[in-house]
Amino acid sequence: MKEKKLLVSVNNISRSYGKIPAIENITFDIHRGEVLGLLGPNGAGKSTAMQIISGVISANSGSVNICGSDIQDFPKLAKKNIGFLSEQLPLYNDLTIDEYLFYTAKLRGIKKIDIEKKVNFCKKRCGLEDFGSRLIQNLSKGFRQRVGVAQAIVHTPPIIILDEPTSGLDPQQILEIRSLMQELRKDHSIILSTHILSEVEAMCDRVLIINKGNIVLDRRLKELLTNEDSLESIFMQLTKK
Amino acid sequence: MIRNITLISGNELRRLFKSPLAWIILAITQFLVAVFFYIPLIMYLQPNSVASGLTDAVVSTMFGFAAYIILMISPLLTMRLIAEERQLGTIKLLFSSPISITELVLGKFFGITIFYALMIMMITLMPASLLFGTSLDLGQILSSIIGLYLLTITIASIGLFFSSLTKSPVIAAINTYAILFLLLIIKISSTNASTTVAGIFSYLSLDNHYNNFLSGIFNTTDIFYYLIFTSFFISLCIWKLDIERVNK
Repeated sequence: MKEKKLLVSVNNISRSYGKIPAIENITFDIHRGEVLGLLGPNGAGKSTAMQIISGVISANSGSVNICGSDIQDFPKLAKKNIGFLSEQLPLYNDLTIDEYLFYTAKLRGIKKIDIEKKVNFCKKRCGLEDFGSRLIQNLSKGFRQRVGVAQAIVHTPPIIILDEPTSGLDPQQILEIRSLMQELRKDHSIILSTHILSEVEAMCDRVLIINKGNIVLDRRLKELLTNEDSLESIFMQLTKK
Repeated sequence: MIRNITLISGNELRRLFKSPLAWIILAITQFLVAVFFYIPLIMYLQPNSVASGLTDAVVSTMFGFAAYIILMISPLLTMRLIAEERQLGTIKLLFSSPISITELVLGKFFGITIFYALMIMMITLMPASLLFGTSLDLGQILSSIIGLYLLTITIASIGLFFSSLTKSPVIAAINTYAILFLLLIIKISSTNASTTVAGIFSYLSLDNHYNNFLSGIFNTTDIFYYLIFTSFFISLCIWKLDIERVNK
């Protein structure tokens, strides 16, 4: 397999909340074009890991390097390359979709002349073209989720980090988000956390299972599924108490 | 840097004016201050009035009351600055965007102080209307405006800091009220104290310095008192948010 460009390198990061450790010594890399599925039971540290990679919180030890810039030393350079969708959707209810996307685009440092083009492009991708003037507070859960994804991709970052993008959606909406992600994987690397194993099987190239703050599995999906075991039984085995 | 600060403050102002809160507060302030403009004016116009001058009797009295009104409504405006971002989860959007915490806090601060500037401008229109009929001491008025603005930005910075401490805007407001009240009554508590303590206490109190501005005394010490207070609370706020990312 030919070497692909290294986009994210997570090096030995640990983080605790007070005395309770959330993640311990996590190390992994992501290359261009990869879709990484982050799995694990509730409270395993998935969200913590994602928040550290996107610079929302900082690790107690270890380092995160994004496209060649360390997130602690050069946060502005590093963060330009990330689009992050947190589990709680970061939406302002009193803005319209257009206002919100223009604001997030500017926050991500897009030049004035490109903004309109980029916002329109990401609205088209997320199926929001005809809803620009709708107030966010009047949107359904599925639409809110789409706006959430839209703010993460508006600046076309090389890396998109999505924390449980399909939670709370109906099957139809889940399919929509999935096909959107199939579209996105063409030009972005994606880190995705989820509870739904079939979602990982459908979308990811690589699986990372975290349990109690440690990585218990880091394999390519193809290799993993050549064995007899299904992803579900592997998951159950590895996260057994 | 400046681009990001204007972006944050622009969004703050936009969201402020989208909510009815900003309009209601502007209207109520204007109404209450108008009452305290009208009453001294009527009293001044009494034939047996002993007041020394129109500016002193009416304009300074009005600005004096305006400060108390702003003191009372300001926590309601500043409470949501950061606490609400946290409640909505949008703080994660801000933290994962290429802007620094200093830019974020300064953006929030300038956003709200621009709103206050607007509010003070509207208040000033009332005494300005007197210029049609008589002459006023413009120097004293200017000094009052500057004093009121400095006092408001100080109050705003205190509110901003307390908003950064919590997830709940209501708790932020209560804390802000508590500290503002303390800074207001600290002077009263000094009445029975020794001269040195009384001096310190009344020096610390928020309105003592403001009274100088009202009487037209434009003193750099007073200006620095407010500016130091403001930058102290802004720095605390930046510090708090910075620490939060490491230890939550």
